[in-house]
Amino acid sequence: MSDAGWILLTGSLVGINCGLVGAWLILRRMAMMADAISHAVLPGIVIAYLVTRDLAGVHMLIGAAAAGLATALLVQWLSDRGIKQEASIGIVFTVLFAVGVVLLATRAGNVHLDVQHTLMGEITFIPWEKVHVPPIGEMPEAVVLLVAVLAAVGALLALFWKEWKLTTFDPLLAASLGIPVGLMHYVFMTMVSAASVAAFDAVGAILVIAMLIAPPAAAWLWTNRLSVMMALSVSFGVLAAFAGYGMAVWLDTSISGAMAFAAGVIFAASFLLAPYGARAGRRGIARSGAATEESLDGAKRPEGITGAVPYEDFRGVAPRESITGASPRESTTGVAPDEDHAGAPPDDGNMIKA
Amino acid sequence: MGITWSANVVWVLASTAMLGMAAGVVGSFAFWKRHSLLSDALAHAALPGVVTGFLAAGGKHMPLMLLGAGLSALTGALFTQWIRSSTRIKEDAAMGIILSVYFGFGIMLLTIASRTAGGGQSGLDGFIFGQAAAMVRQDVAVTAALAAAVLLVVLLAFKEWKLFLFDPAFGRGLGLPAGWMNGIYLALLVLVIVIGIQAVGVILIAALLIMPGVSARYWTHAFGTSLILAALFGGGAGAVGTLVSTLGRGWPTGPFIVLAAGGVFFVSLLFGPKGGIVVQAVRQRMDGTRSSGAAGAMREPAGSKALGRGNAG
Repeated sequence: MSDAGWILLTGSLVGINCGLVGAWLILRRMAMMADAISHAVLPGIVIAYLVTRDLAGVHMLIGAAAAGLATALLVQWLSDRGIKQEASIGIVFTVLFAVGVVLLATRAGNVHLDVQHTLMGEITFIPWEKVHVPPIGEMPEAVVLLVAVLAAVGALLALFWKEWKLTTFDPLLAASLGIPVGLMHYVFMTMVSAASVAAFDAVGAILVIAMLIAPPAAAWLWTNRLSVMMALSVSFGVLAAFAGYGMAVWLDTSISGAMAFAAGVIFAASFLLAPYGARAGRRGIARSGAATEESLDGAKRPEGITGAVPYEDFRGVAPRESITGASPRESTTGVAPDEDHAGAPPDDGNMIKA
Repeated sequence: MGITWSANVVWVLASTAMLGMAAGVVGSFAFWKRHSLLSDALAHAALPGVVTGFLAAGGKHMPLMLLGAGLSALTGALFTQWIRSSTRIKEDAAMGIILSVYFGFGIMLLTIASRTAGGGQSGLDGFIFGQAAAMVRQDVAVTAALAAAVLLVVLLAFKEWKLFLFDPAFGRGLGLPAGWMNGIYLALLVLVIVIGIQAVGVILIAALLIMPGVSARYWTHAFGTSLILAALFGGGAGAVGTLVSTLGRGWPTGPFIVLAAGGVFFVSLLFGPKGGIVVQAVRQRMDGTRSSGAAGAMREPAGSKALGRGNAG
């Protein structure tokens, strides 16, 4: 296969993997955990490299999966100790990422693994690092890794389809039926880490977030059916890979950056055109019962523990609703206000619904 | 390699310390408004603006790049709000999309800029992980002045900010212009992010915003004191991180600042008198029994409630 073919195949596999895992991420309301885990994968990879002095996929996968799991556990632990969840996430992944960058800059930096690579991936070089796979022949190592992760993720999702649905949409019912909700949470986090690290070579630590979140979010705007959403999510991921590659070749620029941008364009188009997008407008339309992060852990962690409830109760207003600084009034900051009027209801309306 | 205490190093240190103080204070606001991750998204979203400013000016032109960064981050905030308010997509997903897509776009532009603008890229790379060593006298002055301005705005309207954060309804009753406050708050947040980009970089500036404020809460529950502590922690982290990063050639500044802030957080988490792990364990041992009620009370809510009440009156 030509180099371009391998690159497209790699990008498509990233799109499929991320589309599969990402759909569940969105439904479980854990999108920012993707952010955290994809960053945290970096120190895992760097430490695995420092220990083994080898860039083989297996070591990386183990290191990254461990780092991803550690992130999930640390975030959980900090949240349990009373730090608001989003602050916990912000603390854990920035520190871990900083550790990774510092190790890279001071200890491990070399031609194979550098800071640039961690951000953007090296999809251009993927066709050059081939390994021999017996029945098929020469294949890029990244493709082998991606296929392996796809097989594992696909099998786990298919085998426990009902359990995933239950723990996502009704964790309390799932728990009462004896499904290990907490365990499945951590299994899922491991799957996210695996998808992230497999995509790492291709698109780097940060742009994998685009592939994990944008296509599934776009898919969710088109349908209420889970199976359709999964199919769309995967298709959008593959489409983003192809369109991004085309754009990158056309403009002679970063392939991974262009893939993320293409994913963004797909999302923007869905946002403007899809039945559950901005056109359909208001909140409250057919919100399918996505599980909240809190209830995912078997309801042992109500909001109160995060220290938020007294604060909210006291004010009688959920601060979350006034987030991003109440952009309807943003016109004062010199940004064209026209977008606000299109979709956003006024601040106060939001608060009442909350 | 030792530290050379040239005048330049001292100036850079002073400006990153000022930046850290401003970040600590504004980050505390963001923490109370639950905007910790929003600040991360905004920082990433600033990248395309930085590079556009670079391309527009045809070189490293700070004011234009900072303006671009600010505008870019603000559009990111607007889109996040729009997506969240008009679809069923939750805020965290909206932020993830904005963060990664803007960043990808920024990387695209960065690649183009580095190709077309020749050797100018060395100045741009530093914006991702921060490169305090690359700051020239003018950058230092701008950073320090803007950080001082941010601190001044917070100080001058301290009472109003308290109301804005903890009892906006009451504040509105008193005639506090909530919309304006919100706008100013967002402007301060974006301003800190923008001036922090050069020293800390777009990826890690959020950490400097989040951690000092969270750390401070392990030492006090009084809002004013916690702001002062956050400023000290942030300023200290900024200075120490910058200092360490000058020890090696080409070491990025941002990660070291973040590790310094992380160290402060870790110590606070362990030894802070208000809910620190060690202190809590000692107290529990002295109490003898550990009822679930006591354990719960020792966690955050008690303090934050007191804080809210205290400030309302």
